[in-house]
Amino acid sequence: MSSRRDFIKSSGMLVVGIAATNSLADAFVGPPFMGGQNAAGPYPDPDFHQLDSWIVIRQDNTATFFVGKTDLGQGTGTAFRQIMCDELDIAYDKTSCVMGSTHNTVDQGGSGGSDALQTDGYPMRRVAAEARRVLLEMGATHFGVPVSALAVSDGVISVRRGGSLDPPTRGDKPLGLSITYGDLIGGRKFNVTLTGRNTDATTGVAPLKPVQEMKNVGKSPQRYDIPAKVEGSLKWAVDVKAPGMVHARNVKPPVAGATLVSIDEASVRGIPGFITVVSKGNYVAVVCEREEQAIRAARQIKVDWKKPATAPFPASDDLFTYMRAASPSSTGKPTEIGATDASFASAATVIEAEYDVPFQGHTAIGPAHAMADPSNDQLTIYTNDMKSYGMRNGVAEFLKMPRDRVRVVWMEGPQGYGRTAADDAGFEAAYLAKEIGRPVRVQWSRQEETAWDTKGPAYAFKMRGGLDAQGNVVALHYDACAADHNHLGYNEHETVLISQLMGIRKATPSPGRASLPSDMYVIPNRKQTTRVVPLPMPFETPLRTGNLRDPDGPQVTFAAESFIDELAVAAKADPVAFRLKMLQASTGDDSGFKRARSIVCIKAAAEKFGWDPRPSPKVPVGGDKPLGLSEDILTGRGIAYAYRSQTVVAEIAEVEVNRKTGRVWVKRLVIAHDCGLVINPAALTRVIECGALYGLSRALHEEVKFDTEKVTSVDWVTHPTLTHADTPERIDVVLVNGDPNPNRPDLQHYGAGETMCKPMLAAVANAVFDATGTRLRRIPLSLPRPV
Amino acid sequence: MATINLRVNGKAHTVDVEPSTPLLYVLRNDLDLSGPRFGCGLGQCGACTVLIRGEAVRSCIRPVSQVQGAEITTLEGLAQNGKLHPVQQAWIDEQVPQCGFCQNGQILTAKVLLDKTPNPTDAQIREGMQGALCRCMTYYRVQKAVRLAADTMKGERA
Repeated sequence: MSSRRDFIKSSGMLVVGIAATNSLADAFVGPPFMGGQNAAGPYPDPDFHQLDSWIVIRQDNTATFFVGKTDLGQGTGTAFRQIMCDELDIAYDKTSCVMGSTHNTVDQGGSGGSDALQTDGYPMRRVAAEARRVLLEMGATHFGVPVSALAVSDGVISVRRGGSLDPPTRGDKPLGLSITYGDLIGGRKFNVTLTGRNTDATTGVAPLKPVQEMKNVGKSPQRYDIPAKVEGSLKWAVDVKAPGMVHARNVKPPVAGATLVSIDEASVRGIPGFITVVSKGNYVAVVCEREEQAIRAARQIKVDWKKPATAPFPASDDLFTYMRAASPSSTGKPTEIGATDASFASAATVIEAEYDVPFQGHTAIGPAHAMADPSNDQLTIYTNDMKSYGMRNGVAEFLKMPRDRVRVVWMEGPQGYGRTAADDAGFEAAYLAKEIGRPVRVQWSRQEETAWDTKGPAYAFKMRGGLDAQGNVVALHYDACAADHNHLGYNEHETVLISQLMGIRKATPSPGRASLPSDMYVIPNRKQTTRVVPLPMPFETPLRTGNLRDPDGPQVTFAAESFIDELAVAAKADPVAFRLKMLQASTGDDSGFKRARSIVCIKAAAEKFGWDPRPSPKVPVGGDKPLGLSEDILTGRGIAYAYRSQTVVAEIAEVEVNRKTGRVWVKRLVIAHDCGLVINPAALTRVIECGALYGLSRALHEEVKFDTEKVTSVDWVTHPTLTHADTPERIDVVLVNGDPNPNRPDLQHYGAGETMCKPMLAAVANAVFDATGTRLRRIPLSLPRPV
Repeated sequence: MATINLRVNGKAHTVDVEPSTPLLYVLRNDLDLSGPRFGCGLGQCGACTVLIRGEAVRSCIRPVSQVQGAEITTLEGLAQNGKLHPVQQAWIDEQVPQCGFCQNGQILTAKVLLDKTPNPTDAQIREGMQGALCRCMTYYRVQKAVRLAADTMKGERA
């Protein structure tokens, strides 16, 4: 119902028509006052200081909200509609939502950081509240009564006088009891100027509603995008076609860092439909009339490459040895409270452990793709880029075009959890379309995507902890080393792969970072040291690091929360009680009540699970009697917790370990989740389930492997992922609100797209230890056999 | 190039392509269908699934010349007389998809599973659905929806 693209049959070909199919949204897809989407350009930025850029109300009393975010399948569009309906006072089913295209939605940055509701929810609520205020003023003028004499519900303004409805008159003419928003403004502009120094701060003068007065918030309307995805009627970014469109495929260097020597164009000239080979620097692409012809040409073309003189990276088997020995490219500022080293010297027990997390790929289910149309000396790029606005700026700079002659139309695509923050295919399609003057569709192959997509950084950790004689943690030293030098930006034109292959180098590569644990434990002496190490080849590499769902939370939390478990084992303490004791040691320093909410989450998870307090492991170390279901199956449970920004998650995994095969099956998961005000509980629950399983996939299966020349993980066999076979028998999601005043009228809505990924790796490793007595300190978790 | 005759979702089509062209590209580029999608081109993920003779077929590795004359059903052809198939309805009722890109393969694989095994056990669901990959990890909800669809279809047969 919300699809804003109409595909018109023309000359037997699906053509991108730029009109709405939204049953509510007549025949436009942007605020109609902005020149219209069919215009050939230029494409000025929607003015965020105009209410008309955000909300359009039509004569039939329906409204469309224009949101500069991209819904990557987690239901943020539905949630925006819910909160905006509440502020505007209009029925949910009379609204629609348009998202993420540069010419018709304000630049709110697209997606990233799970900030849609947490950050952008507020300007969206404020503009909706402002529209309601303006409509009430119009109603007051219409009826000749003060605003205080009006009531509004579901887009209908009614007059109340002395507590009863009394039809007003103008002259002798009765004006009726009520008027709709549509009758007041339908099809016309608000012409209301907003204020705010940036889009996040956009505001009118109307106050927000107390959350207790929001009718849609807390309910679970079904996600509006799902029916078309289930029926097969949705047109995705992969489906866009235009008259004269051609198909391109990249030809990647066979070895990372190879230099192009020559291309034998004759090797592909005979392929039917062959159009051209485009190359610049080490970037090579073939272009053909039909898709299968381009695939064939990319396979068949003879290209002579020269290998680099030195290896671009160590082999993945040697990665952690390399990282621990490498000179850092940057060092984080150390943090310390107390006197950690002195506390180690006086501690009753000191333990140490090292943890390793390899590079993990984004490996979206659909490889990178985009279509670029160079008609009218403009460039229109149809893409699933989560950061469409960044791509517009990046492409304009890359191709040296005026910004207002480039537009990026966001459409749905495979979720990449950060992959499209550096959307290589969009830049490639734009470049090729400009080069050959025809609309070009670029589609990466599976092998190309898995090998060359952006990677989450590898980490090597060293942890050291000290306990006093009573088993209290008195000292903790966290040391992290991340292979994250030259971390990619958000579609900055010097950082995307085509640009790197063409020899463009950012003057100052991003230093990257190694992150710190996100827990609220009170530990009197605590030191944290971090550094980033470079791989030998920082550019043109398939090991480019980018933001992968909570960019380094899963890695860091694996080490941090595994080691807390190791300390609990050393203290012979129950791992839940051990954590609660550290959290309950202070009530100070609790911004956003994060410590209080951490305690609530851990308790809620333990209660839902039916946690039986005892130390781990279940099998006494050195004992030979398995305590599992049978001789072959061992069972155990593990807990881990973390926060991200203000959202707190505690997770408990129950595992079955097969002693013969070493297979780990997470049979049951409990996830206690606190993201403040919940907009749509059913949609949120599904996001949490899926995010937790995504963490499980990273825990059990995912690793980018490479030799010293190339990535050797290239498909779903060589880069496995979680499957149906791994799915837990039961997942319990507990939505908790641990705010000490859970009913406050201004309860915040925090982001909920990533936090649940963080604790899962450690929760499973802790459960495997509980079951087997074997501590796994490397991802993906793999037990020696027989167990 | 060769003339290829296809029957897709009950309609006859004639296309002029290389006989070795994978069916997927003909469905998507010549017939403008968007249900089957490119995920791997290797028959590993299931995003390109179509139904042929009651089987879930990976159209990304099936040469178009091999399916001439067969009745091919894509996701778009699953609904009958404007009514969603019980599997599709279960997908909406359970609110299964996240991004939805793989769901073509999930839905059609489930349809074949339930046609062959109307009352699947949990183990049979895991095994039957095994080859349909999802990077949003909707597996838990997919399995719930398969059970829901099985119940609905049982009711319709009764």
